[in-house]
Amino acid sequence: MKEILHKFTRSIPDWRPRIEPVKLDEASSDQLEALQITPSNTKVSDYVLTLAHDVESLKVRSPLFNAIMYDKGGMSRSEREIGAIGASIVNRCIYCASVHASRHAQLTKSDEVTDKIFADGENAKLSARDAAILKFSVKLSDTPSRADKDDFNELKTVGLNEEEILDLILSTSLFGWANRLMHVLGDPVRPTVNED
Amino acid sequence: MKNVFETTVLSWSGLKTSSETKKAVQNRSNIFIMSDAAEDAVLRPKEYGAFDHGMRAALAARIAFQHQEDDLARRYMEDAGNFKKIANPTYKGETKDLESILSFMDKVAEDTRNVEAEDITALKSAHVNDADIVRLAELNSFMAYQIRLIAGLRLMKGAKDEGDIA
Repeated sequence: MKEILHKFTRSIPDWRPRIEPVKLDEASSDQLEALQITPSNTKVSDYVLTLAHDVESLKVRSPLFNAIMYDKGGMSRSEREIGAIGASIVNRCIYCASVHASRHAQLTKSDEVTDKIFADGENAKLSARDAAILKFSVKLSDTPSRADKDDFNELKTVGLNEEEILDLILSTSLFGWANRLMHVLGDPVRPTVNED
Repeated sequence: MKNVFETTVLSWSGLKTSSETKKAVQNRSNIFIMSDAAEDAVLRPKEYGAFDHGMRAALAARIAFQHQEDDLARRYMEDAGNFKKIANPTYKGETKDLESILSFMDKVAEDTRNVEAEDITALKSAHVNDADIVRLAELNSFMAYQIRLIAGLRLMKGAKDEGDIA
């Protein structure tokens, strides 16, 4: 048995699709190409197999995701993760928040920031720079966006340059996308502990 | 290759010149070009399933209106053909199936955090198959990305405009 998680956690859960993922042995050549299946790589996650139903979108989204989160220069990788976490908190995407909090902790070698964000959300007591980044990402993620000129100026005040601000806008916006796939198409689950 | 300032998000944000911003954008030009490719894949795919390009444009316009991005919404409405009325967020659909689809799209766009398994079940009951459920989710998700990108870039533009005036 698996239980659905409703609380934020840094321990990455499983993801259970709400629809039937594409079966690898029934996938079309286009789907296989998008999944980048090679003879030595036949293990594909249920999430990616679910997205393979819309192969044209999957093909363009994966490289875009990698460019926004990992391309060199601009904002540090750990701060881009705060953008991702801010969006995931607003959209309550437990799975995305978990993956990216875990990544932030690895990159910074500290749990402190993500512990505080999971405990207090937008109001977490962080360094001035992290707090401004989180606040901006949370407000940009609302519908409609609440991010305004003051939030933008705060980013400048705490020392972000234009390249870093652009990367924050990109990573936050990207998770407006990712959350609406992960949170909508499946559940974060973990095996229940057998108490017998 | 496409001029990065002619991509949808940069042209709609109005962000154009000023050296520092221009440099930041040009360093990420691959991302803006890929974002336009994503727009094509989601709004104008070759394999469109149950939702043709007109319907997709209408849904995109509806989501843009819900985010108070009226100009962007009107741009998408131009491609909505016979589906224009769907772009109006107060329109709820004339059939039970369409009602379910619009209700799902509205919840994903505006109240993402409260989407549950039952919302997917309702879509299945409205005869939407698994592939089309993913297509609807991708469309909604892409619009969330594009709209926030435009909103954020507009703030960069606004700050620069004020700097120019000063």
